[in-house]
Order: sequence, then C-alpha cells, then structure tokens
Amino acid sequence: MTPLFRLLIALVLALFLTSVLIGPAAVGTLASLKALILGGDGPLPIVMRQIRLPRAMLGLAVGAGLGLTGAAMQGYLRNPLAEPGLIGVSGMAALGAVIAIQTGAALAFALALPVAALTGAAVGIGLLVLLAGPRGGSVTLILAGVAISAMAGAGTALVLNLSPNPYAANEIIFWLMGSLADRSLVHVALALPPLILGAALIATTARGLDALTLGEAAAQALGIDGTALRWRLIAGVALIVGPATAVAGAIGFVGLVVPHLLRPWVGARPSRLLPASALGGAALLLVADIAVRVIVPERDLKLGVLTAIVGAPLFLHLIWKTRSGGRI
Amino acid sequence: MLELQELCVTRRNRPVLTDVSLGIRPGEFIGLIGPNGAGKSTLMEAAHGLIPATGRSSLAMMAAPARARHAAYLPQAKEIAWPVSVRDLVSLGRLPWPGGGGTAADRDAIDHAIARMGLGEFAHRTAQRLSGGEQARVLIARALAQDTPLLLADEPIAGLDPAQQLATMRLFSALAQEGRGVIASIHDLGLAARFCTRLVLLSQGRIIADGPPDHILRDDLMSRAFGITLRRVQTPDGLAILPV
Repeated sequence: MTPLFRLLIALVLALFLTSVLIGPAAVGTLASLKALILGGDGPLPIVMRQIRLPRAMLGLAVGAGLGLTGAAMQGYLRNPLAEPGLIGVSGMAALGAVIAIQTGAALAFALALPVAALTGAAVGIGLLVLLAGPRGGSVTLILAGVAISAMAGAGTALVLNLSPNPYAANEIIFWLMGSLADRSLVHVALALPPLILGAALIATTARGLDALTLGEAAAQALGIDGTALRWRLIAGVALIVGPATAVAGAIGFVGLVVPHLLRPWVGARPSRLLPASALGGAALLLVADIAVRVIVPERDLKLGVLTAIVGAPLFLHLIWKTRSGGRI
Repeated sequence: MLELQELCVTRRNRPVLTDVSLGIRPGEFIGLIGPNGAGKSTLMEAAHGLIPATGRSSLAMMAAPARARHAAYLPQAKEIAWPVSVRDLVSLGRLPWPGGGGTAADRDAIDHAIARMGLGEFAHRTAQRLSGGEQARVLIARALAQDTPLLLADEPIAGLDPAQQLATMRLFSALAQEGRGVIASIHDLGLAARFCTRLVLLSQGRIIADGPPDHILRDDLMSRAFGITLRRVQTPDGLAILPV
C-alpha cells in the first residue's frame, strides 16, 4: 500500500472519530466513547449510537460513494469535468424526495422520503436505459443524462410552484441543500447495501477505465467489452448516487473536485484513482459535516451549501487550469 | 495468422467494405494502400471485430481476451486521455494477459517494449507532455508490450517526421522478420514499396490488387485507384517512387 493510501485511511478514520465526538451536547471525549462502545443508561448512549454514529457513518459512506462515482464517471467519459450527477439519477432522486415532502407522505411515514427518492432514482435509471439504448456511446449517455436532469429539475420546480404553502416550499428548499443532520440507523441500513453493491460494480470497471485512457477503439481491441463496461458503470453509479441523494439530499462538487485533487497524487491512472477518490470523498464530506456543526452551530448551515461554497472556487480553478492547458 | 473471407461492412445502407478476402502469414508486412475513404481503417476495424461486419474474420471470431493476445491494434487517433506516466501507459498493453500488468513476465515485456522504442529516459515522464513523435513511440511500445503475433496499425507513420517514419517502418519490418505478421495502412507509397513484403490496394471498399510491391505500384492500378502515375527512379539506396 502506498503512503498516500495509508495517509488517506488514517485521515478518514480520524475524521470519522471526530465526527462522532462533535455535537451540541457538551460531553467529554472519554465519556462519549464509553457511551458509544459500552452503552449504558441515560441519554448519552442514545445520542452517540442513534444520532451521531449514523451521521458519521453516512458522512463516510455518502462521501466515499460520491468520490468513487466521480472518479468512475470522469474515467469513463475521459473528461475531468464529469461528475456523478451527470446521468440524471440524483436529479430524479431529488424529485422523488420533493414529491414525498409535497404530498405530506414524508411527515406521515418517516421512511417515505428516502423510499420516494429511491423510486425516483429507479425511474431515472429506467429512462436512462430507454434513452441511451443498448448500443449508444458515451455522448448519447451524456445527452440522455442532461435530458433526464432537465426533466427532474422541471418537475422539482413544478412541485415548488404548486406547493400549498410557503412552509412546504421552505422545507423542500432546505432538503435540496443537502444535510446529514438527524439521520438514523434506519437511513444507514437503507443506503448502505446498494452503496456497497454499487461500489463492487464500479470496482469491476477499473481495468476497462484504464484501457479507455487509449480511447474506445483501443480499449475494445485490448479485450474490453465496451457495452458491458458501460452498463456496469451506469448501474454502479446509479446504485450509489440514488441512495446517497435519498439519505443526504443533493450534495454537489464532492464527486467533481475530489478526483481532480487526487489525480496528480496517484499518477492519474483511473484504477488507482477509484479507491483514492473514495477515501478522499469520505474525508471531504466528513470535514464538511464537521465544519457545518462547528462554524455556526446555532444556524443549521446545510452540508450541500458548504460543499458548493468550497467546491465552486475549486471548480473555477480547474476550468482555469484546463483552459490554459489548451484542453477547452 | 489472420484469414478474412468475404468481409463486408455497410454504414447507413451504404457499402464501405465489399467482399474483402485476405490472409497473412508469419513474416509478412502488409501495406494497405489506397485513397482516403477506400476502406483501409474499416478493414482493420472489421478484421479485429471492433465494428459489426458480415463474412468471416478468424480474429473477430476469437473470444475477447484471446483476440487481444493474438493481435494488437494501433488506432489512427493517438489518444492519451490522462496525464499518466510513459511506463503506466505502456503497461496497458499487458491488460489482456493474466495478471494484467503485475507479474514478472508483464514487467519484462514492459521493460523490453520501452527499451526497444528507446523510451528508457522517458519512462517516468508524463506521456501527454511529450512531443507528438515521442507519443507515437509510446503508443507503439504499448502495442509491443501486448506481445502479440499480429499487429494491425492504422496510419502509424502519419504525422511523424522523416526520421521517425523511417524508424517506424524499420521496426515493423524487423517485427515481421522475427516471425510476426504486420498490417499497416500507409499513404507514403515509396516507404511502403521499400519496407512492405506485400501491398494490398483498396479502392471504394474493394481489394483491387494484392501482391509484391512492384506488382502493385503499376501505372494502370495507380491511375485507377488514385488518378496518378508514378515515376520510378533507381537510386543507390533502392527504388525511389515519385507520384506525379
């Protein structure tokens, strides 16, 4: 294992622990850890195990998923500006969640929101398969993704437009900003299996993504089945992005920025970038989720807002560098 | 090594390759010549099974990993998508082999390909930052690392300076002499005549002539395929061919 991977693993573990130990309840580190591991009576074990632990677990899993899918999408499309939201599945998941809030289902039944978001994601995948077809290339995939994202955006705008009162609209807008606050172990149980399955699928694309460095024809001539690679990649990204959006809302820029930041450190080879980006994404989202609790604890700063505030300037920097490199 | 029988490719109901039958034996360096749009690239893609075709290609019928261990393919577009090192790029040639690049045999093949293309001093540099000619050498090294009996190269000397063109043709000729088969599409008829053991002339998707270079570079065939005639000048270094 290279020093970079050891460093990233240590960083993620340290941030995970920090995330578990940070919260509005001022409790000592030792007491917190004791309550987390040993349990006991009183409110502290409940706070640790049912509020902070799921939050840290989701920060790690969603961040890793976004980093991994960002690296996979960039590798597949051979474009450093690609990101996991590109195939439209996160937009459809958000639409599903927004409908659940609008109809009141989210209030009536706690899991209605993530389940509706997963349903939205599944509809998004269905549309993608229909539009991108069995034989289309990467351009068809991008165009289909753009179309689905646009439809999901229009649907979300319509729901907001028709919302019965400003409170419902407000709730929708806040949900869309993305957050890991007040998530339970049920959310973890809902998101983790598809996330792991998606990550396993994406891991199988590593060789194909490496070969694609030489272009689609050369990759095919190296024995890579382009169609199978594409479906594994789409399924993997969808299985990660759908559940991630369902439990955490729309969190942008992690999947875009993390692969870009780590690419020089792993020698740019896509197969090495995949695990590095997963670790980097987990670290970044854990940092962001710690930051929203530390910077203005009284104002409920949304996670997606913070990642966008940090990510957008990095994105500008990336465009600036790419432009001066003559690639745009 | 490769048998094509009545290979046909149609695009949008228009035939782009018609009834191409061709075989290559070890030791042959076949130059595919013909005007732009004659079907040279299509022939190689169809032979490798990269595009759908009717007829029969012994290579396209093989399973994907076996096919990639039998024939390396250098596409016309010299694409390097990421700033990977020369060594990493060359190592992609080992993907079809068991181990995929990590075994001692893989490392030997990679070292050998890098040394053969004279890339030793570039091995740890970023391939994208090299000159066009150096990048072309890196991509050929990638194909050599694949260690296949057959090499299909689509316009391998296009865009290279004269020294690099000569070096590449010499390399392909040497590969053939080692017992491999090489098929390359080439526009420089003079270089093709000097180095290829056999020329295949394509026009409008059909093979119109196939044989030793001096049988193919005839005025009637050249005028039919390209609308040109050739001047032949005997020089101390061999036959020089001047299209007029």
